[in-house]
Parts: sequence; C-alpha cells; structure tokens
Amino acid sequence: MSSEGHCRCTQIEEESLYTELEKILEGHKGRGKDLIIVLHKAQGLFGYLPRKALEMIALELDVSINEVLGVVTFYNFFSTQPTGRNSIKVCLGTACYVRGGPGVLKQAEKDLGIKDGETTGDRRFSLGVVRCIGACGLAPAMIVNNDVYGRVKTTKIMEILEKYE
Amino acid sequence: MNLVRNHILISIDSSTIMAGARAVERAFVDELLNRGLQDEVSVLETGSLGLINRGVVLVVYPEGVIYADVTTKDVPEIVEEHILKGRFVERLVVKEMPKQHVIKREKTGLLKEQPRIVLRNSGIINPESIDEYIATGGYEAASKIINEMKPEEVIEEVKRSGLTGRGGAAFSTGMKWDFARRAKGDVKYIICNADEGEPGTFKDRLILEGDPHKLLEGMLIAGYAVGAQYGYIYIRGEYVLSIERLEKAIKDAEALGLLGENIFGSGFSYHVSIKKGAGAYVCGEETALIESLEGKRGHPRSKPPYPVTEGLWGKPTVINNVETLANIPEIMRNGASWFRGYGTEKCPGTKVYTIIGHVATPGLIEAEMGTTLRDIIFEYGGGIKNGKKFKCALVGGAAGAFLGPDMLDVNMDFVSLREYSAVLGSGAILVMDEDTNIVEMLKNVLHFFRHESCGHCVPCRLGTAQLVKIIDRVADSKGKREDIDKLLRISEVMRDTSFCPLGQSLYLPISSTLKYFRDEMLSMI
Repeated sequence: MSSEGHCRCTQIEEESLYTELEKILEGHKGRGKDLIIVLHKAQGLFGYLPRKALEMIALELDVSINEVLGVVTFYNFFSTQPTGRNSIKVCLGTACYVRGGPGVLKQAEKDLGIKDGETTGDRRFSLGVVRCIGACGLAPAMIVNNDVYGRVKTTKIMEILEKYE
Repeated sequence: MNLVRNHILISIDSSTIMAGARAVERAFVDELLNRGLQDEVSVLETGSLGLINRGVVLVVYPEGVIYADVTTKDVPEIVEEHILKGRFVERLVVKEMPKQHVIKREKTGLLKEQPRIVLRNSGIINPESIDEYIATGGYEAASKIINEMKPEEVIEEVKRSGLTGRGGAAFSTGMKWDFARRAKGDVKYIICNADEGEPGTFKDRLILEGDPHKLLEGMLIAGYAVGAQYGYIYIRGEYVLSIERLEKAIKDAEALGLLGENIFGSGFSYHVSIKKGAGAYVCGEETALIESLEGKRGHPRSKPPYPVTEGLWGKPTVINNVETLANIPEIMRNGASWFRGYGTEKCPGTKVYTIIGHVATPGLIEAEMGTTLRDIIFEYGGGIKNGKKFKCALVGGAAGAFLGPDMLDVNMDFVSLREYSAVLGSGAILVMDEDTNIVEMLKNVLHFFRHESCGHCVPCRLGTAQLVKIIDRVADSKGKREDIDKLLRISEVMRDTSFCPLGQSLYLPISSTLKYFRDEMLSMI
C-alpha cells in the first residue's frame, strides 16, 4: 500500500507529528553523527520513515539525502513503508527454522491474506520476518509489537492476533 | 527489621515475562497478603536461571527449590504446601537443573556443578538493585583498583589471567588494552559490543538482563586501565529489557559516584552511554560497528590501522564483548591465578553457552574451557530430545562448523577446536537429531548470509547469492552432481578473498557439512 493511500485522518495525524520531529531535530542540528539515533526516534514517532521526514533530517543534520537513504536501507530495523498498527515478525533464525518457522510464516500469510513485507488493507497488521531474536529455546517464535510468542502452533496464530486491535 | 523466613525469587527475563512472570509475581504478593504472610515471606525479582523454555521459573529459599512452568493457578498451592507446610510441590519442581555455585541450590541439582564466574549473580540477585550487586562484592574490585593500582598493573593482571575475547576471535584482552593504552590520543573509548546477532546466541542478553552492573564494572575497570573517558554500549535495538535495566544501572551507578566525574575522588572521570544498533549482522565486526556508531552504514574498514590506534572518530578504541567484560570484575577481585584455576592451560576461565535445538533441556550454561561437547549436550543439555540419536551440532553460530559424532569428545576451547578447523565462536550450540534434513539446515545458513552480506566487497556479495541459488536447487531435488563441489569451491574463494570475516567464514559450515554429509547431499540429486 502506498503512502498516498492513507485515509485523511492519518494524514492529519501525520502532519502534527512533523512539529514533534522538528523539536527532536533541534538538539541535533549539524550533527551528522547522530543520524542513526535520530532515525530511531523518527521511526518511533511515525511508525515508519516517510520521505518528507527523511528530507527534514538530511537538511537539519547537514548530510545529503543520499547518505540518509543509504543508512535507512542498510539496516533491517528501518522501514520506508507505512506499517500497520501492529507489527508481526516471524523468526526464521536457525533454531526457529528447524522447528517450523517457515510453516508459521506461510500460515500467517494465508490467514492475513498478505505476503511477507506487506500490510493489511485496514493497516491493522504488518507482516515481516526477523533473524534470530535469541528466543531459540521457544522456537518457533513470533513477535507481535513487543510481545514474544513461543512454540507457536500454526492453528493458533489467529487466536494470538485477535488481541491486537 | 523484619525476619523473613522465605524468599521467593522470580526470574524476570524476556522469556519468563512472555510466559506471564509478572502475573505470577502479583499473584504471590496478593496470596501472601491474603494470608497475612507479607512480613514473613518476601517476593523478589531476579534474572534468568538458565532454564529457557520452562515458562515462569522461580526459586524458593532457604530450601533453594526451583519451580518451573508455574502459572497463577499454582500460586495458592505453593504458598499452602511449601511455605506453610514445608512440603514441596513435586509436580513443578525442576529436577534436571545442574548444580551451581549456590550452596542451597545443590540439593536440587543432579547433574554437574557449574563454575559460575560470569553468571555468578544471575538468578540470585535483583538485577535492578545496585545495593544487591554491591552486597555480593560488586564494585569492590573497581574501588580497589582506582584507589590503589596503576593502570599498567591492572593490564598486567589481566594479561596474566590469560583472558581472551569471548566474542569469537579469542584475542588476548590484556594485550588489546595495552595497545590502546600505549596509543597516542587525547581521547580514548571503550566500546562494549552487545550487538548479539549470531543465530542461536542469547548469552549476552541474559548476562545483561541478569546482572547489568557486572558489565558496567567491567567497563569501568577497562576505562581506567586504558585511560579512556567514554564508554559506549552498542546494543541491539530489540533487546528492550536489557536496555531498560542498563539505563537504570547507569543512573544508579552515577548517583553513587561510581560513574561520571571524579570517581572515588581519584580525579578519574568516565561516562557510559547506550547506543542502539539497527539490525545488521555485519556490525558484529568491530570496524563495521564503529562505522555504525558514527551514524553511517555498517561497512567494515581496512585494517590496519586497528581500532586500538584509530577507532571511533579516529581515536584509540577498545572493543570488547559483553561476556569478556563481565569476567573482568571477578578476575580483579580474586586475582589472575584464581582465574587460571578454571579451564585449560592455554584457555583459562569459563565459557557461557546457549544450548538449543533437539536437546531435552535447552538453556544457558557456563562451563569450564575444555569441557567436552559430549558433556555439554548430554550432561548439561540432558541429551537428545525424545530419545533420538545425535546427528550433529552446529557449534559457534551460523559462521561455525557442523560437528559430527566423532567430535563429541574434543575439548571445547579456542585452541583445541582450531586444530580441527572448528571454532567456539559465540558459544551457540545447535543440536540436531537423526531426523534433521541437513540440506535444509545449510539452506537456512546460506540464506541468512545472503541477507546479511553488506554488499561492500564483490566475493561476498556475489558469492552468497550464487551459493543460495545452488542450495535452493539442491533442496528442490533439481541439483546436479557438480553442484556439491561448486558450493565448496565458491566458499573457498570467498574465504581467501572476502574483505571481512562475514564472507570468509562461510567456508566453515559448507566444508563441514560436506565432510560429514556428502552422501546425504548427493542422495538429494
């Protein structure tokens, strides 16, 4: 789903967030070395990194937009696509992989009708893959927002997700 | 002061929280209040006990009985039976728990004693209380050193201890500090590498969650020895609980004057702060980590110059792993010769392992250097799950080697494993039973590397992509006979020509797979 496809209410919300971002940037003027810290904060604010925010960051930190985009795309943590209200990450680290991680991903894709890396039409869920979160004893693991679910059964995925509005 | 007759220590770490540890904790508080026992029994939080897939885990002292898989429904029964009547709730008691360095805990242990240096306090003290850390001898070493010892003497002691880097490279910690101390620079840095990303590894997370002050004290001693003014903890953004506990620990230490300006009135000032990583495996490589700390893409730098002379912002920098630094306070408190009493002649001390995969009791253990793989899997790990046969273990993370049954009796330490072209790496041990499909395993490893290749150098960028193409073909039963040797040949070129260890190390999992399972792979053709 492209960023133009939001409903108006989220657009208005997003507008007010830019004022917040300006405040954050005040403490980092001209400090290119703070780029990753600022990106963390910005993503915490918007839930993803909109192009306009990245341009503001580039300007205030005095680094080129190329460099900003280079960093954003390099790290797994950052996303330039709008994400759902709830983020689902299926662990495909080695331990989860041998204990059924790929099956969990497939079932989640089927249940939600989206693919890995996509967001549902109502922006309720984003689905993604994560590499080893260190919950190997609980394999296969799945994280929803900050909650880790272990020994996930494919039949129970929707039951887990129901809690998240 | 109230006389407390029982202590209930609840393990609060990432996996027990998921299993509902906070709710169980509240249930205990309520239940004790209902029965008017709130002054006789105290409920405390502690770090991980090393059991990781056993739900909510807690210990009741003075008996030292460990309960696992506890739910809120079990709370009234534990209070009624154990606390009031002195009878253990047998169905929840953990019997397979290895012996550890707690006097009382030995009663429940059946297997083997764990010499705990790094994990000495984990699961015993409340990680959020600086007082409890100090009560166990914490910051004693730092205060003695800063008041009474010269930095050179500290470095000598660390050198004598024979401590080597626990992140995988096994370089002498004392030497590294010495180089940085001698390097010219007005500003110097200590970086703690807590960007734990090796698949199957979560030792650093549990060390940080269980005993954050131990790391801070280690960093403080390192800072004093090297002559650094600043310490950074570069940590995975996903490690939310570790970050929270570290933030609190830094604040508490600053409030007591253990970090900050003019520590112990000595004139030595040292500041520690946390930097969140953003998820890139290559940032485990120290120069890539430095680039990332500087706010850039995590591409490795050419060496030399090494970070000890030109590191962060071009200044002398020491980068140590969490486990390495957590060893320091104990070494300095008890002396180098005490430390050398553990482990082997060439590799003194202990190693923290995460045992995962098809074992009966996966978890976190600390064992002496030189312990055999057999002991780790069958004594600590409780053997193979469901009585199956051992097929192999991937030792040292994704960049490690597959070790077959003939390697079970090799001593696990940096030097011995090197003789067999294997590595200890991060200490991750992924055990596989006879039913495991080895091609699928290798496929997972190769996909991981393709995803994490940073794209900086050609052999790794193109090599990982080709390897994935080939292994996918083989896994789909569409491979050709020559594909098997092609895997090996590509990884050889990558080993010899890649810019950093990421690309170089793929040779290990591939060559070891072929050593043991060439026939199995050929049967897929």
